[in-house]
Amino acid sequence: MEEIKLSAHALNLYFGKKQILKNINIDFPKNEVTSLIGPSGCGKSTLLRCFNRMHDLTPEASLNGTLKLDDLDIYDKNNSVTEIRKRIGMVFQKPNPLPKSIYENMSYALNLHKFPKNEIPQLIELALKESYLWDEVKDELKKPAVKLSGGQQQRLCIARTVVLRPEVILMDEPCSSLDPISTNKIEEMILSLKNNYTIVIVTHNMQQAQRISNKVAFMYLGELIEFDTSKNIFKNPQQELTRNYVEGHFG
Amino acid sequence: MKKKIGNYFNWLLLIGTTVIVCLLLGIILLDIFSKGIPAVSWNFIHALPREGMTKGGILPAIVGTTLLTFITTIFAVPFGIACAVYLNEYARPSVLTNVIRASIRNLSGIPSIIYGLFGLALFVQAFRLGTSVLSAGLTLGLLSLPYIITTTEEALKRIPNSMREATLALGATQFETIKDVVLLKAMPGILTGVILTLSRAAGETAPILFTGVAFYINGLTVSLNQEFMALPYHLYMLSTQHQSIEQVRPLAYGTAVVLIVLVFFLNTLAFYIRFKQRTQD
Repeated sequence: MEEIKLSAHALNLYFGKKQILKNINIDFPKNEVTSLIGPSGCGKSTLLRCFNRMHDLTPEASLNGTLKLDDLDIYDKNNSVTEIRKRIGMVFQKPNPLPKSIYENMSYALNLHKFPKNEIPQLIELALKESYLWDEVKDELKKPAVKLSGGQQQRLCIARTVVLRPEVILMDEPCSSLDPISTNKIEEMILSLKNNYTIVIVTHNMQQAQRISNKVAFMYLGELIEFDTSKNIFKNPQQELTRNYVEGHFG
Repeated sequence: MKKKIGNYFNWLLLIGTTVIVCLLLGIILLDIFSKGIPAVSWNFIHALPREGMTKGGILPAIVGTTLLTFITTIFAVPFGIACAVYLNEYARPSVLTNVIRASIRNLSGIPSIIYGLFGLALFVQAFRLGTSVLSAGLTLGLLSLPYIITTTEEALKRIPNSMREATLALGATQFETIKDVVLLKAMPGILTGVILTLSRAAGETAPILFTGVAFYINGLTVSLNQEFMALPYHLYMLSTQHQSIEQVRPLAYGTAVVLIVLVFFLNTLAFYIRFKQRTQD
């Protein structure tokens, strides 16, 4: 029996009066890659952002249900949101490096969470190596991060998340603005990271979902239609909707 | 053919109005500079006025305006930025915040003489600060606040949400996000607004009229509770109130030149900051 790292139970989310997520129940297994797929507007990014409470600052968003990281209730008022976000990292659709140098992008969160000063350089080097970025930037760590290429920026954003050693990494279409070569590098990275991290990734790319994920969840109009192993979803889906979507009849 | 002529006529009309506006500006500047430059000298800038202000320089007015702008900055900039940060980053959209925002926009449309009277009532009398450079600086600060709030809020609005999400997702608090990223990224825009506002405040006469500016003071203003001389008021006084207006006319032109150069310098600085920001993006 696989171990559950992250879960949502009876999750409903509303923007104003409009219901975006309808009674979602899902368990993400530990140290595996789970893909969320579905047509645009089906709520997959919205679901992803529930897990690190990114909707907190959206005034019209309201949600009910239980979300858990191990046994920790993510939305419990007594739990610090910053601590939860440290344990559940997130990478966004568009690379969003801070307006600082490459090194400062990496050290920012480490300083924030009071990591010992003398360990910071090694931690940064390790995370950059894991993100296959070290060789490209090791001589110019002082350079502003925005001067990097789009693909490098996105790898930096992943490295910046990895350096905190979170338990879960949420990725919201991390390759959608990148060229095929950069996409390849990031997929390679995801596969090497999954040994130590639970990864949930939103993607529009069916091939990508097949290449990298252990399990796949198909969502449609705010509902979770089907959740199964990657193989079953793509080769032998149980639902008509899922079959139509993965075969490219709509989307 | 007819259409072509019509187009040509429209073009001529537009270019014509532009030329007229620029020409007027050019004539004003040419007139001031041609009559003012001969009066401006090192002595004019660094000496005290002598013999009933018919001779000597305008140092007290330069010192006064500088000190005044400095007080305005210290008062208005932190309050203005804090207020804009609250409105844009923390306040949830509601009727109340909309009313506040509309009131701030309206405040920037109030004639500056009203601020002068308000400053007289509040700072000079109620707070017992007397007619002083402090009262006048605070009054100008009030005048500047709406502009600083509005321009800062515009600058904050231009920062995409993805920037805020970047640090929030790393476990930064909202305050840390604003302090470390949002303000840093918005700084060029904020500075541009602040400098333009201050350059406008430095040229104001009405708000300081009742609150602390003096016709003439002996020596320089060195403490906050003293009255002061200021460039725009000095200019007004030399050109309309002095007993021998003809005699001091060159000095008035000289003062105008110094004031224009000062404001022009500030505006160029703002322009430069904006230009640098644009080339960075």
